[in-house]
Amino acid sequence: MQRRTLLTSTAAALVAVSLAGPALAQEPLKVGFIYVGPIGDLGWSYQHDQGRLAVEKEFGDKVETVYLESVPEGADAERALTQMAMQGADLIFTTSFGYMDATINVAARFPDVKFEHATGYKRAGNVATYNARFYEGRAVMGTIAGRMTRSNKIGYIGSFPIPEVIQGINSTFIHARKVNPDVEISVVWAYTWFDPAKEADAARALIEQGVDVILAHTDSTAPLAEAAKTPGVIGFGQASDMLDFAPSPRVSSIIDNWGPYYIERVQAVLDGTWTSTDTWAGIGEGAVVIGEITDAVPAEVKAEAEALAAAIADKSYHPFTGPLNRQDGTPWLAEGEVADDATLAGMNFYVEGIKGDIPQ
Amino acid sequence: MIGSIDPLLLIASLMVASTPILLAAIGELVVEKAGVLNLGVEGMMIVGAIAGFAAAVESGSPLVGFVGAALAGAALSLIFAVLTQVLLSNQVATGLALTLFGIGFSALIGQGYAGRRPPPTPKLDFGPLSDIPVLGPVLLRHDPVVYVSILIVAAVWVFLKYTRAGLVLRAVGESHDAAHALGYKVVRLRVLAIAFGGACAGLGGAYLSLVRVPQWTEGMTAGAGWIALAIVVFASWRPWRVLAGAYLFGGVTVLQLNLQAAGVAIPVQYLSMAPYVITIIVLVIISADRRRAAQNAPASLGRVFHASS
Repeated sequence: MQRRTLLTSTAAALVAVSLAGPALAQEPLKVGFIYVGPIGDLGWSYQHDQGRLAVEKEFGDKVETVYLESVPEGADAERALTQMAMQGADLIFTTSFGYMDATINVAARFPDVKFEHATGYKRAGNVATYNARFYEGRAVMGTIAGRMTRSNKIGYIGSFPIPEVIQGINSTFIHARKVNPDVEISVVWAYTWFDPAKEADAARALIEQGVDVILAHTDSTAPLAEAAKTPGVIGFGQASDMLDFAPSPRVSSIIDNWGPYYIERVQAVLDGTWTSTDTWAGIGEGAVVIGEITDAVPAEVKAEAEALAAAIADKSYHPFTGPLNRQDGTPWLAEGEVADDATLAGMNFYVEGIKGDIPQ
Repeated sequence: MIGSIDPLLLIASLMVASTPILLAAIGELVVEKAGVLNLGVEGMMIVGAIAGFAAAVESGSPLVGFVGAALAGAALSLIFAVLTQVLLSNQVATGLALTLFGIGFSALIGQGYAGRRPPPTPKLDFGPLSDIPVLGPVLLRHDPVVYVSILIVAAVWVFLKYTRAGLVLRAVGESHDAAHALGYKVVRLRVLAIAFGGACAGLGGAYLSLVRVPQWTEGMTAGAGWIALAIVVFASWRPWRVLAGAYLFGGVTVLQLNLQAAGVAIPVQYLSMAPYVITIIVLVIISADRRRAAQNAPASLGRVFHASS
């Protein structure tokens, strides 16, 4: 009898709890973030965390945010995501390309949790993707690089040979060549998103090869710190403004501004209107911001770069506009033709003029 | 195309790139020779990196920074010493915990230092000697820490091979019971060795944050401490082989980046794994005499010592 009483009362309690669920609608929405580096990298992960803080500021008590930093891409990411989902996160942002498969796998096991994966291309009913058109910013950086280089050699530190990085290399090169037909680009693959010592070594290797403009697609400020050691070498802030290195070597920057997107998506979950979408916003939408161009850049170059940014923002110019050939000389875009998003999202080739091969 | 790489510049940057790992590895070698396995190298390095950075920025002197880093590394390693030598905790677990603690703790004290620039570490002035062809640019244009690191290697070699204290330290590492029976203070000696290892790891970390990168970024050691640990083992606990291993690893790392920058047509994947593969292969080959290599491994490595009587 006693046991039966216990069972009944437990059942009653369960019912009470489940009934209380909807009634407790004031319970905050739990939003999770997974970062690939430390939030103190002052680059990529730092910017995503600024987005998280913007969400907290916007919604106050209505949301609770949690985050995990320095989560390795691969199996560890799946474990971290599972843990976060089990701890009751309602919406999880996974902020690196390498989390793509982990996100899809975990999302299949937690159909009630909503996932947002940055920079990837795999979606599901509860997995949306979002990215920013960094290549638009790279077009502006490439213009400045082409005008500023004295040795006609610009260097690019790539992380991994994925479309997002290759878009950046191509866009930089196209626009540097446009203003300086003699310019050459050297690419060094670091095979890491975050390793300040290695990033610095890569920058050093490029500088020793005569490069005097350094662009980086890795997450820390180390390439700028290395550039600062050699007078005359300039670089750009990547992902974050990196103003500590202004006015030189940092002469401008590409700033990832995730806050507005994160606020919009959290609002959608709160309103119950969230659906799996694919968002790819650029300078025009404010997702990519060009950091202040310093006085180390001549006024006419600055004006040229700003005009280009404005043209990209109002959509009158697309950074990938024909005529453009692939590296092997085969035509890609005809005169006036504009690259479609699908090709860009899967970009796995260099444009004509870049030397070297993409690691496959 | 390889012709476009300047071998002199390459060797010079190789020495700079290898110094953090070399310092951490030579410290760990002494610790392991005393029979203690401290897996907290990564943690001690990163605490040294931020402590050295903070001390240098606050005082404006890189020298104060390096001293502070060595002290901070030693202080952190003393936590490990108390736990493993006095409280007899498991060395592997304690070392791992020390790494985790060091990474978190360094992020905490580093909050106000991200983005700041440390005072530059001046290069040693050898006057006209630095202009000697070949030798000058390669050897005589570095900052003092590069030379200090080589001096430490030499000192450790002399200490272990030719001094009585070094013999006692090795005895403690081989058989702590026998050393204890002979009246040597096993625990005291091990604590000193651990503190030395911590100081060296701290110096290595500070070299990263003050010279090689130079800035403070959370998690900036990014695994260098683990490489140092591996180099000690593959160098079969010999000081000059540790130097060879560290320079080889740093050298191939720098070389592969230079080859990429010079546009040499070798697949990047091979270049990226080259530092790890080549270092392991070379060190395994030079330590190939298995009987002698096994003799070189401290017999009491990682074992708990308790003076029961």
